[in-house]
Amino acid sequence: MLSQLPTAAAAPYAGAAVGDYVQILKPRVMSLVVFTGFVGLVLAPGHLHPVLAAIAVLCIAVGAGASGAINMWYDRDIDAVMRRTADRPLPAGRMLPGEALGFGVVLSVGSVAVMGLAVNWGAAALLALTIGFYVFVYTMWLKRRTPQNIVIGGAAGALPPMVGWAAVTGDIGWGALALFAIIFFWTPPHFWALSLYRAGEYQAAGIPMLPVVAGARETKRQMLLYTVMLWPATFAPWLLGFAGPLYGACAGVLSLIFTACAVRVWHDTDDAGERSARQMFHFSLLYLFLIFAVLLAEHIAGGGG
Amino acid sequence: MTAADIPVDAQQINERERRMRARNRALLAVLLGLVALFYVMAIVRMSGG
Repeated sequence: MLSQLPTAAAAPYAGAAVGDYVQILKPRVMSLVVFTGFVGLVLAPGHLHPVLAAIAVLCIAVGAGASGAINMWYDRDIDAVMRRTADRPLPAGRMLPGEALGFGVVLSVGSVAVMGLAVNWGAAALLALTIGFYVFVYTMWLKRRTPQNIVIGGAAGALPPMVGWAAVTGDIGWGALALFAIIFFWTPPHFWALSLYRAGEYQAAGIPMLPVVAGARETKRQMLLYTVMLWPATFAPWLLGFAGPLYGACAGVLSLIFTACAVRVWHDTDDAGERSARQMFHFSLLYLFLIFAVLLAEHIAGGGG
Repeated sequence: MTAADIPVDAQQINERERRMRARNRALLAVLLGLVALFYVMAIVRMSGG
């Protein structure tokens, strides 16, 4: 037990505050996951009782938070090195590693069990896959080993709309795959924009992010490549017929702006492209939110809601 | 008596107890929430939802 005590704590350990438990659930990441999961649930063909739909969204939120907690438990050593993450409850010494792990495991098992009991076991299995992929494949296997970590690991972040879809239908349709593809191809330019201007911190922590391993130029090239590959994925909902022309038009405009951001990063003479990369990172968040918001709004306006 | 007059050890004990109370209240809220969740879930499932 003594070896578990946080080293950063100068005073005797007072126990983690409730706010620390909330913080290790990564609420900001959770909000985007919940939103995309909710859109998947609304767009899916069929009907789900509103109470069960709310429980499904709650399970997606708790499952996402649980995987975030286990991620923070596993990454507490590298979080302590990076300025962006040094104030998290574990590296700051406000919480014991065992508390975070126990919290994450209990919430993971709980969210999957409730999803299975309340909604259906197909959605529960997908939720378990999402948590397992994020924890074992991304956090424990890929993150510290390969610069492709966020490309393959990005699948975990892309699964929530499929979980939402499966909550209604019990299986995975083409529409769910289209939503998956949007987030999957969006993830690399989003994270590489961040890692471009945080490359020094990733290097200090020993994480082989692409700018650290292959340099800024190659990262910018790959960002542009994935931004172009995102185009067909973004148009897929319209081409598959579950989104209308309004979505098609908005997707076109947003994709054009996103591509322009990637081109600006590419042309930025500053090696890290700090200003342009920062702008692209922030726009990428807005891009994903707006793409899913338009899908949702058009579906509701069209009477599908 | 102000906070500055309380010995450091006593302040740490107070802080520990304050956090423990907050955690206990949060846990109570979570447990009550779970009871409500399972109740509503059972009602909806039994009504064929």
